[in-house]
Amino acid sequence: MTLSAVADPTRRAILKSLVDGPAPVTELARPYRMSQQAVSKHVSYLEKARLIEKRRDGRLHICKLTPEPLKEVAEWTEKYREYWEASFQRLDALLEELQARPKGRGPKKRTRSDR
Amino acid sequence: MKNVGNLKVDTSGDREIVMTREFHAPRRLVFDALIKPALIQRWMLGPPGWSMPVCEFQAKVGASYRFVWRNDSDGSEMGMGGVVREIVPGEKLVATEKFDQPWYPGEAVVTHSLVEKDGKTTLTMTIRYPSREARDTALQSPMEQGVAAGYDRLEQVLAAIPTR
Repeated sequence: MTLSAVADPTRRAILKSLVDGPAPVTELARPYRMSQQAVSKHVSYLEKARLIEKRRDGRLHICKLTPEPLKEVAEWTEKYREYWEASFQRLDALLEELQARPKGRGPKKRTRSDR
Repeated sequence: MKNVGNLKVDTSGDREIVMTREFHAPRRLVFDALIKPALIQRWMLGPPGWSMPVCEFQAKVGASYRFVWRNDSDGSEMGMGGVVREIVPGEKLVATEKFDQPWYPGEAVVTHSLVEKDGKTTLTMTIRYPSREARDTALQSPMEQGVAAGYDRLEQVLAAIPTR
């Protein structure tokens, strides 16, 4: 639920705009070229995912960011990132080596310290 | 190092993980590193301590491929394979992937796309899982294959398991 909630660019933008503090739903809708109703739909999705809380203040519905579930996702993503980054750093070194090698020569084992 | 830490990992929709990473090389070269076994074997290794003794890959639509990784400290192996679905030289590679001992259900489809600008190439890897559950499981435990915790604790974990 958390992942699907943040997969949508509009919902992501709504979350980002709440980082600075609570804001009324009407204000959240302003930057988007979509109806108030469509934005409200996104807001209730985020509410169901427990990423925001909504309270009434007079005529306004005020939204507040509750980022706890996001932290868990950020942790998974970070582990996943680290896993792949380890490979990609090797690829950086390999690409560097391939570009340094004169054309037409076959693969040759070379360590970084050879350069 | 120029590139350290610029990998972006993101989710898209319910079923996808999207990774983007920039490389200081022309896209033909990055593409070679994705399809030539002698090159794949040198980088697609995950965290330190693993090698890739089996790397069979043919850049041909419909060809099956197979990768096997080996943990150099205890010799345990994990294998994965699939079928090449689409190839646009220098631009795109699409292949299915399934692990021998899958920890998520079903088969994933991986799309690699390369875009070059000013001599740098951005690789976008989109991994599409068969379900939201599979995607979320894969994200929570990247390819650890029977190893529950992080790789920093791998040795201790393996030490507790009798080797075959």
